[in-house]
Amino acid sequence: MDCLTTYLILGALLFCIGIFGILQHNSLIGMLIAAELVLNGAAVNFMAFNMFLSKDPATGQIFTLFIMGVAAAEAAVGLSIIITVYRNFKTINADAVSELKG
Amino acid sequence: MTTTISNLIPPIMIAQAAFALMIVFTLGGAFLAVIPKNIVHNILGLCLAMFGITGVYLYLGSQFVAMMQLLIYVGAICMTFIFAILLSPPLEKEPPKRNKTKVITAAIVSGVVFLVMVNMVMSLKFEPLTDITRDWSIKTLGQLLMTRYFLVFEVISLLLAIAIIGSIMIASFVRKRN
Repeated sequence: MDCLTTYLILGALLFCIGIFGILQHNSLIGMLIAAELVLNGAAVNFMAFNMFLSKDPATGQIFTLFIMGVAAAEAAVGLSIIITVYRNFKTINADAVSELKG
Repeated sequence: MTTTISNLIPPIMIAQAAFALMIVFTLGGAFLAVIPKNIVHNILGLCLAMFGITGVYLYLGSQFVAMMQLLIYVGAICMTFIFAILLSPPLEKEPPKRNKTKVITAAIVSGVVFLVMVNMVMSLKFEPLTDITRDWSIKTLGQLLMTRYFLVFEVISLLLAIAIIGSIMIASFVRKRN
């Protein structure tokens, strides 16, 4: 509970589950969900190093807040792209959307 | 003498049990977020995982970041995902079959990455600092955001504004396909 390694392994697990999800999921929304897990794995690492090793205890928290902001922006843009893709292709299967010309 | 629950069970044990519960929430939610085929179950798993991470942040000492995690992820991002699936594919359609080789390859890749990371974490020795100042207050955070990290703060707000405008533009852009 108060050991840095626990949190680092938790972050690594989240990161790897996210990678697994991105690689194996068929739909684009599933990939976006897994990307959120990857970002959170990184944020857990920031908070853990901040708690146990940092001289300045606010830095890691501020970085985590920035990660949340970037994740929110990424989710908004990604979801609007997915809605547009669905409107144009009538599917959100990542294998079916393979056409890059207009 | 009154018997309260803290007489029966020592508080440290309760704290450890709650920590283990939060870890279980996080990992269980993460698996739920990637494994089921139904996309709604994926999103509910993401909610559960984010709730667990909120608890982990409380154990890491920051109430403010924990509350922000709960508000932004569970409150905002998961709801946005749910709106997106309501607007995109019909759910009663049969989800497409998964490619077996794809799943196995993904499992191998992520497993190898995990093993490498655990190996790295275990091989490093971190020296704990002795003179840590434990100043976790929101006041300090706010002052730092307004002084040292002011530029990053402004860039993030600009990024959010551009992302909102851009996503509205993208989603309202209708193209005729022939």
